[in-house]
Amino acid sequence: MNIRIIPKLDIKNHNLVKGINLEGLRVLGNPRKFAETYYKEGADEIIYHDVVASLYQRNNLTSLIKNTSENIFLPMLVGGGIKDVNEVEAILKSGADRIFLNTAAIDNPKIIDDIVKKFGSSTLVVSLEVIKSDNKFICRKDFGREETTKELVSWIKEVEMRGAGEIIITSIDTDGTGLGFDLVLAEKLSKNLKVPYIVNGGISSIKQIDDLLNCSNPSGIAIGSALHYSYIDQSFKKKDSLDGNIDFLKKNKNYRNFGKLKISNIKNHLKKN
Amino acid sequence: MNDIAILDYKMGNLFSVQCALNFVGIKSIITDDIEIIKNSKSIVIPGVGAYPEAMKRIKEKKFDKIIYEFNEKKKLIIGICLGMQLLFSESYEIKKTKGLGLLKGDVKKFNEKKQNGSYTSFNVGWNEILLNSKKNIKNNYLNNLDKKKMYFIHSYHINTLEKSINTSSSFFYKKKFVSSVEKENICGFQFHPEKSGPDGLKIYKNLKKNLINYESTI
Repeated sequence: MNIRIIPKLDIKNHNLVKGINLEGLRVLGNPRKFAETYYKEGADEIIYHDVVASLYQRNNLTSLIKNTSENIFLPMLVGGGIKDVNEVEAILKSGADRIFLNTAAIDNPKIIDDIVKKFGSSTLVVSLEVIKSDNKFICRKDFGREETTKELVSWIKEVEMRGAGEIIITSIDTDGTGLGFDLVLAEKLSKNLKVPYIVNGGISSIKQIDDLLNCSNPSGIAIGSALHYSYIDQSFKKKDSLDGNIDFLKKNKNYRNFGKLKISNIKNHLKKN
Repeated sequence: MNDIAILDYKMGNLFSVQCALNFVGIKSIITDDIEIIKNSKSIVIPGVGAYPEAMKRIKEKKFDKIIYEFNEKKKLIIGICLGMQLLFSESYEIKKTKGLGLLKGDVKKFNEKKQNGSYTSFNVGWNEILLNSKKNIKNNYLNNLDKKKMYFIHSYHINTLEKSINTSSSFFYKKKFVSSVEKENICGFQFHPEKSGPDGLKIYKNLKKNLINYESTI
């Protein structure tokens, strides 16, 4: 199978944001412009995640999805704060192909059955945000804010049984660090998952992707910070008007320790192997 | 007059199909109004979801009759993903269900072995389309797209003995399956051209050329 390279765009109040360990969200620009860049660069899919929706109990992305659909012809996976079938319908109608759920699935697992029944397994991705604790992986909800008692493997089994078509797993520990995906977690996923899965959190180099694929066989790799910082010059213009905390953007750009990671380089590398 | 009516039976990502048509300059409408559909040059049958439910809704909305009418008049009928599967005789998704029967063949579930030994039926992602060169194919929807990657998302695939309609094949693990079909005025794509980037859009551009050609013949 061909591994999909999937830019993941976290959205807060219409802005593209990115944090570290799901915290300290920094405003990076207009998500639509970044999506357009990623489309041109050859991304395989786009993820939009309304990262405050779960907290405020509403998903705010339909107009962004509509705008994106008009000239970006890629599969679109959308999530954040979805809690009933009607919201799923509204998001799909706007041009998204699939939706993902975390908090609502944990609070009420039956919603997985309901969505599968109405839209089919292929439309539903369940999202897991996991944190390592005493060598166990425990799921969190509300974009990593709230602890739960769900342990990774048992929750995966339940989610699969209820009919999720794919699973996306975010490692909170590695998210935004650029240090690579948690390989212990990657191996565990490879051993325990039957449905295809996307890994998310920490990838910032081709070597890390090789390390990941040596111990795991994901169907997709989601990448946030490393792509956003690599393409920010192309995708953000100083004259763009943005609300929220944009101090970072106004300063001389210093994007921590991220090197340049290009989608085309990743894809050429994967093609060779 | 609309070039294309996108049949609205509340299943699947209709808006994306319309965006792609818009992008290449084809005028379309998402509708379930029989009169509007009748007055269109061509129809798109989109679809994501389960086969039995889709057939049920198609019959409720009397889309089946109008599809047959289009076929008799040799007007263009385009099926995408589940919409293509509906064109065939029957499907075994959930329960045995009769399809529209415009093409001969049935729809079966994948069951393919993965590297780690377990079996899978869900094909999501980008696969190459390998064109079958056939003399009897008159439209060139897939012109210059041999070995290009398209976006697939499905668990069921077409089985047909009518080899001449098979315009391209793709692989899911080791299984070779039908990824597009064409017979006279009917064409179908198992993948989503509207989600397959610039290469997918080329199919809609080719469609536009054929729409213009059709106008001059009917």
